[in-house]
Amino acid sequence: MKLNLALAQINTVLGDVNRNLEKHLELIKEARNKGADLIIFPELSLTGYILQDLVPTVALHPDDSDPVFNQLLEASRAIDIMVGFVEEDSRNRFFIASAYLSDGKVLHVHHKVYLPTYGMFDEGRFFAEGDGVNAFDTRFGRVGMLICEDFWHASLPYVLWLDGADLFLFASASPGRGLPHTNNGCQPGKLDSARWVDEINRAYAGLFTSFVVHTNRVGYEDGLNFWGGASAYNPDGEPIIQGPQHQEALVMTELDLNQLHRTRARLPLLRDEKPSLVLKEITRINQNRHTDR
Amino acid sequence: MPDLSIDTELARTILTGFIKTEIGRSGFSRAVLGLSGGIDSALACYLAAEALGPENVLAIRMPYKTSSKDSLEHAQLIIDDLGVQSLTVPITDMVDPLIDRFADMENRRKGNIMARQRMIILFDQSEAFKGLVLGTGNKTEILLGYSTLYGDSACAINPIGDLYKTQVRELSKAIGVPQPLLDKAPSADLWIGQTDEQELGFTYEEADRLLYLLIDQRYKPEECIETGFAENFVKAVIQRVRKNQFKRVLPPIAKLSNRTMGYDFLYLRDWGT
Repeated sequence: MKLNLALAQINTVLGDVNRNLEKHLELIKEARNKGADLIIFPELSLTGYILQDLVPTVALHPDDSDPVFNQLLEASRAIDIMVGFVEEDSRNRFFIASAYLSDGKVLHVHHKVYLPTYGMFDEGRFFAEGDGVNAFDTRFGRVGMLICEDFWHASLPYVLWLDGADLFLFASASPGRGLPHTNNGCQPGKLDSARWVDEINRAYAGLFTSFVVHTNRVGYEDGLNFWGGASAYNPDGEPIIQGPQHQEALVMTELDLNQLHRTRARLPLLRDEKPSLVLKEITRINQNRHTDR
Repeated sequence: MPDLSIDTELARTILTGFIKTEIGRSGFSRAVLGLSGGIDSALACYLAAEALGPENVLAIRMPYKTSSKDSLEHAQLIIDDLGVQSLTVPITDMVDPLIDRFADMENRRKGNIMARQRMIILFDQSEAFKGLVLGTGNKTEILLGYSTLYGDSACAINPIGDLYKTQVRELSKAIGVPQPLLDKAPSADLWIGQTDEQELGFTYEEADRLLYLLIDQRYKPEECIETGFAENFVKAVIQRVRKNQFKRVLPPIAKLSNRTMGYDFLYLRDWGT
């Protein structure tokens, strides 16, 4: 089976959901016209990233009673959509969230688990943490969604892999940092942060013999830049495509999902994985954690 | 020794994008900047001309009677090379009445007055030209506090404030800043014969290598000393960085209410754009 995929690496208007929605609907239409089956958008694609006190004013409910989601759900009848937004739950907690929409329904919502609150990041101050991860079934097979810092922790992609994810959909609003030095042979044209994300995503694809695709914000918020560079890796860990750095783009690519069969026939890492052993050891480590120190 | 070299092409892409985007989001399409004849403002001018088009950049020369002839000529080299709009507004007649009012005024006070007078001209031209004032302070001088508060540090946006002086040189060279500006000793040109390095007591190259370890790489002071920096130099630089923090933040507001600017009223400048 082939999956025609559109990776939207976009700029956003900070705190203006309706203007961002307009851009989403345009790109969804464009992707559909180009034959895409699925379009994915970056982290917080409907709101912008450094929201601070704007958080409560841009929060949405991912169902058809919400005027924004209503339009996205309608659009999802023709093409599957992954979109980034702020969710306010029934107890008025605010989450960084990604929703997967298909055929007019919300198939899954992921709440960002790891909220970076260090250095230039302050997410934990404004958002509630997600408390779980689940893979879910789509018409293209089982999918795992994560948001930015979530996949900087190896545990979450690993858990999703065990939960059956063969296709990882990663979304970021990653502020660019670390100008590469020219003297140490680093690949020119890519910030250290961009190189790091690409390297770990490639590693996940290879280690989990799965498809890993990632899209990321473009543009600026005050002095911060977002580097774009959407990417896809196949189950051999080979790069399939990479979008431009620091430019908006709708990156089109085709995933040959039969590659899962070929790679795993050659390399049965998933077959040989020992979740019971991991569980046993993590249980032991977790029990000893407080007594050891 | 730490490696301060940078991917100049990538820096250029990010910084020109920053200038164009952030000026645009404020509702403008033009920029104003003071052109001193030195390398920092030269680099800012090249980046702005590339980002906005030279016709949308106003470069202003603001000499004082003791300013060196070289400064004016070097600024003119940039104006001619880029084809940016330009203006020359001498400040002598504006600042001398204030300076003459106090017979005992030392160089530092005079320098601050000149820097603040130039700020007034830039922000006035900002209104007249409908362009935002571009900052031209680099990371080294911002960290060391080697600037006049509300003077040369005043600006709407600063494209080069995260580049150390040596990195400013590297990017300036790559972007085509004329050779005489790359070659000469950095100077605030506040009095005849002044050079920054003489006044600071160390070279920018030394300071940059140390600051890069302390700030960017989070080295402890003792680790810097082990790397080969003199203890006194390390201490003096750390002291300078600490003492000048006030120049890098907005003035604190005394909190009384439940919601106060700077503490719990938090929005980016780009709010809604």
